[in-house]
Amino acid sequence: MSDQTEWNYSPAPESAKQAHISGRYEHFINGKWTAPKEGDYFSTTNPANGKKIAEVASGSQADVNAAVKAARAAYEGPWGKLSARDRGKYIYRIARLIQERAREFAIIETLDGGKPIRESRDVDIPLAANHFFYYAGWADKLEYAFPNRKIASLGVAGQVIPWNFPLLMAAWKIAPALATGNTVVLKPAETTPLTSLKLAELIAESGLPEGVVNIVTGAGETGAAIVNHADVNKVAFTGSTSVGKLIQKSVAGSNKKVTLELGGKAANIILDDAAIDQAVEGIVNGIYFNQGHVCCAGSRLFVQESVFDEVMWKLKRRMDTLIVGDPLDKNTDVGAINSKEQLRTIEKYIKTGREEGSEMYQTSCKLPASGNWCAPTVFTNVAQSSTIAQEEIFGPVLAVQTFRTVPEVIEKANNTPYGLSAGVWSDKGARLFQISSNLDAGVVWGNTYNQFDPTSPFGGYKESGFGREGGLHGLAAYLDM
Amino acid sequence: MERLEVLKTYKLYIGGQFPRTESGRYYTPAGADGKPLGNICQASRKDFRNAVVAARSALGGWAVRAAFNRSQILYRIGEMLEGRSAQFADELIKQGSTPAKAKKEVAEAVDRCIYYAGWCDKYQQVFSSVNPVASCHFNFSVYEPVGVVAAIAPEENPLLALLETILPVIAGGNTVVILGAEKSPLSSITLAEVLATSDLPGGVVNILTGIREELLPFMVNHKDVNAFVASDLSNDDWKTAKEEAVHNLKRIIRRKDVISGPESPYPILETQEVKTTWHPIESSIAGGSKY
Repeated sequence: MSDQTEWNYSPAPESAKQAHISGRYEHFINGKWTAPKEGDYFSTTNPANGKKIAEVASGSQADVNAAVKAARAAYEGPWGKLSARDRGKYIYRIARLIQERAREFAIIETLDGGKPIRESRDVDIPLAANHFFYYAGWADKLEYAFPNRKIASLGVAGQVIPWNFPLLMAAWKIAPALATGNTVVLKPAETTPLTSLKLAELIAESGLPEGVVNIVTGAGETGAAIVNHADVNKVAFTGSTSVGKLIQKSVAGSNKKVTLELGGKAANIILDDAAIDQAVEGIVNGIYFNQGHVCCAGSRLFVQESVFDEVMWKLKRRMDTLIVGDPLDKNTDVGAINSKEQLRTIEKYIKTGREEGSEMYQTSCKLPASGNWCAPTVFTNVAQSSTIAQEEIFGPVLAVQTFRTVPEVIEKANNTPYGLSAGVWSDKGARLFQISSNLDAGVVWGNTYNQFDPTSPFGGYKESGFGREGGLHGLAAYLDM
Repeated sequence: MERLEVLKTYKLYIGGQFPRTESGRYYTPAGADGKPLGNICQASRKDFRNAVVAARSALGGWAVRAAFNRSQILYRIGEMLEGRSAQFADELIKQGSTPAKAKKEVAEAVDRCIYYAGWCDKYQQVFSSVNPVASCHFNFSVYEPVGVVAAIAPEENPLLALLETILPVIAGGNTVVILGAEKSPLSSITLAEVLATSDLPGGVVNILTGIREELLPFMVNHKDVNAFVASDLSNDDWKTAKEEAVHNLKRIIRRKDVISGPESPYPILETQEVKTTWHPIESSIAGGSKY
C-alpha cells in the first residue's frame, strides 16, 4: 500500500526515575524489615534488558516460621480485637495509598515483570487499588453476604502468587483475607517480588497493626514452607495446575481450607455473524495482552469455517501493527517475556507446533537485541490432538481451529481438562447465550475478552482450580462456614 | 394356615435398572435381632464405573431440565416416600432403630424431600448476582451443576441422612452415584424403588450397596467424577480422598451437620460452580447502563 503514508511512532518512554527502588530488600515480618535468618539473597532482573534491579531476601523455613508466628500473634491480638468497621478503614487506607502512588507502582511493575507500561498503568495498578477499596467495604457487612449462616474468620492465610500480575494478585489475595478478619503471610513470585515489597512499605505507612500482613520472598521452597506450615489455616494459591495439584496433595492430611486458581486453555469462539473487526480486536487482546502470560488467555481460537479466511487475513494484518519492545514505552503493545526460563518454554512449544505440522505465522516486527522477546505468533492447521492446542503455553502463541456447527464447537471447546474462561463472538444473543451457558468455564466473555473487575467473581471449573476470587463470592474462600 | 412370606432379592440401582452386582458377591450385615438382614449386593469397582457412565449420560438431560420440573420430580419423590412410610419405618426398626425414632425419621425424610423440592427453582434467584462492574458491561454470576457427583451416605440415620446427601446434589441439576449405609443398606435399596417410580429419569441417582473401605478409593480417583460428597469418613479417609482427587481436581465436599443441622439451601451450593458472564452495553449520548 505504497500510496499511503507510513506512520511511525516516536519513542514515548515513561521515566524510570519516578520509581524509588532500594538496592536490597529484606522480608517484611511483624511490621519490620527483617534480614533473612540464613543470610541468603537473590537478584531480581529487568526482563527487557537482563539488568539486575535489586537484591531480595531468600526465605528459609526459619523466616516463614517467624512470619507465621507474627501473623498468629496479630490474629489473636490487635487484629482479632479490632472492630469490623476499623478493619475496613485500614483496607480503605491501603487502597488510597496505592492510588496516590499508582505511577510509581506501574513503573516498578513494568521494570520488574516486563509488561507494557500501558497495561500496568491502566489495568494492573488501578484494579489492585480498586480491589482493596471494594473489599474494604465488606468488612462490616459480612452477615449480609451469607444470610442465616454462622461465619467466622479462619486465622492465618498462607498465600502464594504468580509473576504475571504481581501487585494485582497480591491485592486479590490480601484484600478479601483482611476484610474477613484473617491475617496474612504472602510470598510473591521469585521473578517479580518488587511491587509486593513496595506494598509492604505502604502497608507500614498505613499503620496497619504489625504482623497482620507479612511478606516473605523466595522461590518454590519458600512457598512450600508457607503452604505446609502447621499453623497456617488457609492456603490460597495462584499458579500452574501441576503445582496446584502438589499443594492439594501436600495439605490433604490437614484441615486447611484451600483455594486454587490454576491454568487455562481458553476457547475464543468466532461465529459467522460476529462483528469481525471487533472480534479481531478481541482475539488480539485475548492472546497478546501481557505477552500471553495470562491464565485466562484466549489461546485456542475457534473460527466458523465460512469466515475463516476473512478473520485470518484481518488478524494477521492487525498483528503486524503490534509494537513489541521497550515495556516502559507508552506505545508498546507487547512487552518482554517475564524470564529466560519462560521464553525457553514458549520457544519449545513453537518448535513443537511446527514439528507437529501446524502452519506458523509470526509478525516481522523488530525485536530488541538484548532481553527476553517473542514475536506475536499464530498457528493454523491445528488439530484437537496438537500439543499447542492441549497444553498451556503462557505466551503470545495462538492456536487456531475451525468449526461448522454450534454443537461441534461446544464439544471442541470443552474438550480440555481446563475450565477457566472462554470467549464467544456473535451478533445474535440467542446463539451467544446458548454457547456461553454450555461452556465449562468460570468466566465467559461475550463479544469482549479479558475484562476484570473487583465485583466480578473469577475462578475455574475442572482442573483450572476451585474457589472464586472477587465479588461477594470471593469472601467465602476466607470464612469458616 | 399361616402364609409363607415372599422374601425379597436386594439389588443395586444403576441407570434406572435394578441389576445384581456384576461381581456376584454379597455381604450379610446383621440386623437388630442379630440375624442377617439379607444377602446384600457387594458392589464392585466395575459396578461403580458402570454407575458413573449412567450418571454421565443422564447429566445432560437433567442439568438442562427446567428447575420447575426438577422441583416437581423431587416433590413426587416425597409423595412416593410418604406412601411407603410403613415399609421404611419397618426396615429402620429391623436395622436397629426404635419404633418412635423410625417413625420420626421417615416423617423427616418425607419433609426433607418437600423442602428441597421447593429450593430447585429458588436457590438460583436467591444466590445469583448481577455484578456492578465499573465498565459498561452487563455482568452476572449464576450457579451451574458441577456434574457427576460420587457420594457416600452416612451410617447413622440411614434414610434421612441418605436423602440429605442426595437431594441437594440433584436439586442443583447434578447426577449422583451414592453408596448407601454399609450396615443399614435396606433403606437405600427401598429408596431406589421409590426413585424408580418418581418420574426421576434413570441414571440421575444411582445407588450402590457394599463395603465403604473397598469402594472409597475408586470413588475419589475416578477421572469422570466431578465432585465427591461425604460426611462421616475417618481422618485417614479424608486424607485419601483429598490426595486421590488431584488427578482431575475433583471437588471434595465434607458435609457438616447432615443429620442434626438446620435445613438450609447452602448444601445445594456445595456442588455448584459459579459462572460469570460479561457482555458489553453500548454507551452513547443516550446513556449507558444503570447497573
